[in-house]
Amino acid sequence: MQFFIEVTIGGLLSGVMYSLVALGFVLIYKASGVFNFAQGAMVYFAALCVVGCVDKGAPLWLAVILAFIIMVLFGIATEKFVLRKLVNQPPITLFMATIGLAFFIEGAAPILWGDTVRPVDLGIVDDPIAAIMDSTGMLISTFDLAAAGIAALLVAVLALFFQKTKIGRALRAVADDHQAALSIGIPLQHIWAIVWSVAGFVALVAGLLWGARNGVQFALTFTALKALPVLILGGFTSVPGAIVGGLIIGASEKLAEIYIPPVLAGWFGGNFGGIEGWFPYVMALLFLLVRPEGLFGERHIDRV
Amino acid sequence: MFYREAGQFKSSYAADQQIFPIRQDRIGIAAILIAAFVAVPLFGNEYWFVAILIPFLIFALAALGLNILTGYAGQLSLGAAAFMAVGAYAAYNFQLRVDGIPILVSFICAGLTAAAVGIVFGLPSLRIKGFYLAVATLAAQFFIVWCLTKFPWLSNNSSSGVISAQRIIIFGHEFESAREKYLLVLCIVVLMAMMAKNMARSSIGRAWMAVRDMDVAAEVVGIRLMHTKLLAFAVSSFYCGVAGALYAFCYLGSVEPDGFSLDLSFKILFMIIVGGVGTILGSFLGAAFILLLPIFLNVTLPWIAELLHLPINGATVSHIETMVFGALIMFFLIIEPHGLARLWQIGKEKLRLWPFPH
Repeated sequence: MQFFIEVTIGGLLSGVMYSLVALGFVLIYKASGVFNFAQGAMVYFAALCVVGCVDKGAPLWLAVILAFIIMVLFGIATEKFVLRKLVNQPPITLFMATIGLAFFIEGAAPILWGDTVRPVDLGIVDDPIAAIMDSTGMLISTFDLAAAGIAALLVAVLALFFQKTKIGRALRAVADDHQAALSIGIPLQHIWAIVWSVAGFVALVAGLLWGARNGVQFALTFTALKALPVLILGGFTSVPGAIVGGLIIGASEKLAEIYIPPVLAGWFGGNFGGIEGWFPYVMALLFLLVRPEGLFGERHIDRV
Repeated sequence: MFYREAGQFKSSYAADQQIFPIRQDRIGIAAILIAAFVAVPLFGNEYWFVAILIPFLIFALAALGLNILTGYAGQLSLGAAAFMAVGAYAAYNFQLRVDGIPILVSFICAGLTAAAVGIVFGLPSLRIKGFYLAVATLAAQFFIVWCLTKFPWLSNNSSSGVISAQRIIIFGHEFESAREKYLLVLCIVVLMAMMAKNMARSSIGRAWMAVRDMDVAAEVVGIRLMHTKLLAFAVSSFYCGVAGALYAFCYLGSVEPDGFSLDLSFKILFMIIVGGVGTILGSFLGAAFILLLPIFLNVTLPWIAELLHLPINGATVSHIETMVFGALIMFFLIIEPHGLARLWQIGKEKLRLWPFPH
C-alpha cells in the first residue's frame, strides 16, 4: 500500500510537468482557436535559450529574462508571419501549420544554441525530504514539491492576470467571441501576440523545470507530446482541466507502468516495460468515446 | 502554346467516362509509363534504384494511402507509419508461418491486416474529428510500435523486434537485384495508383469528399457516415500496409519497429501537404519533393558553407533540413494550400493562354 501511494505521488508530481505544457496549449486555444502543436517545441526552445545565455556567461536571472524577451519576440513574429496570413482558414490547416512551426523551431533552436545536453541549475536539490522519509518511509523529492509549488504559483498568477487586468479581460473577451470582441474595439492581432507571449512564458517555466530535471535535450519535445492526452482528458478550453488532466495522466501512467507489465508477463511471458509510452494516448482515446468534451471542457464540441 | 482539349468530342458514354479524357494526357501518361518501365531499367544505375527510385515509389504509395484518408475523406491521421509497420510485420509473418504462400498474396494479406487494424483505430472517428482524431491516431502510432517491440512472436523472437525480410520469389524467379525490385515495386504502385484514381472519381470517392466537406450535409443526402469513414480508414491503411511491406521487402531488407516512428508519419503527412491534399498526382510530387530535398541540401549546404567560410557538420545539416521542412510546410499552407499539384495545374492554365494572357 505504501508503495502504491509512493508511486501515485511520484506520478502526480511528474504530472505537474505535463500540466505546465498543457497550460500553454489551453491559453492559445482559448484565445485564438489554434491548436498549437508547437508548444512542446517552444518548451525546448525556451529552455535552450536559457542554457545558451548561461553558456555565454550570463547569470541565471539575466538568462531567464533574456529568454523571456526572446519568447515574446518569437510570439509576435509567429502572429505576424504565420497566423495573420492564415486567418479564416479551417482549424485543421492552422493545426498543420503549427506542426510546420514545431519542426522549424526544432531545427532552428539547436543551430542557434548548440545541441549538446546541458543541465539547468536552478539551485533546488533533487533529494528526498528527510522528514517525510523518517516518519512514513516514503521518498518524496524536494525538487518535485518545488516544481508543484511553482506550477501552483504560475496558475495563480495567470488567474490573477486573466481576472484582474485589462489585457486579461480583453483576452477572455476574445476567447468568448472573436467578432464581438473586434466590434467593441479590442485589437485582435495584438491580443494574439500577447497570448503567444504568455504561452511562451509558460513554456519557459516548463522548460526550466524539465531542463533542471532531465537536462535540456531534444527529448523534451517528445515528452511534451504527452500534453495532448492531458488536453483531451481535461478539455481544450479549461485551465483547471489542464492541471487536473496532467495529474491524472501522470499518476495513471506511472501506476500502469508498475502494475500492468507483470500481469502481461504472466499471460505471455517476456518483458513488457515502456507502457507509459502509449498508455496516456490509449486512455485519452477511450475517454473520448465516453466524454468527448473532456472533464472541464465546454459542451459545445464538433460532434459528428 | 500548350495543348488544349478543344475539338475532342466524345460520342459514347464510355469515351466520356474514361480515366484520362484528353488525348494529350493519355499520350503523356503512356510516355511516363514507358519511360518508367523501359527507359529507366535500361539506363538507371544501382544508386538511383536503391537510393531514389525505390523509396520514392514506396513513399508515394504511403502518401497515396494517407491522402485517401486525409485528403479525400478529411480525417487527419498522424499514424501512417504505424500502419506501414503493421504491413511490414504482417507480410513477414505470412511468409514465415504459412507454407508456400506466394509473396504477392502475402503482400495483399499484409494490406488486409493493416486495413483491419486501421478500422479498429478508425472507430473513434465516428464520434470525433479534427485534432481530437489526430490525438487518437497518435495512440495508434505509439501503441502499435510498442506492441511490435514487446511481443516477440510478431518478430519471430528476434532481439528488439528486428525482422529480416525473406527472399522475393515469384513463379520461381527470384527478385534479387535492385533493378528487378524496382520493376516489382513499380508494377504494384502503378496498379494501386490506378485503383486509387478510379476510387476517387467514382461514387466511393465522391462520398469521401462529401464527408470531408460537410459531414452533416453528406448524411442528409443519404451517405452512410460510418460506412464511408471506416472504408476510408480501411483503404488508407491497406495502401499504407502494402507500402510498409514493400518498404521492408524491397527497400530496406531488414526493419525494426522504431524505424516506423512518429517522424516517418510526419514525413508522409508533409508529402501530402507539399504535394497537394486530395490529389493523386500530389502524392507522387510530394514524395519526390520530400525525398529529394534532403539529398539536395546535403549536396548544396556544405558547398554554400564553404563559400561563406562558415563551419558546418552533419548535425547542422540535419537541423537545417528539419528547419527547411517546417518552413516549407508553413510556406505551402500560406501561399498554396493545395500544394505542388495545384501549381502544376496553374502552370498548365498559364501556358495554355501564353503568349496572349487574355
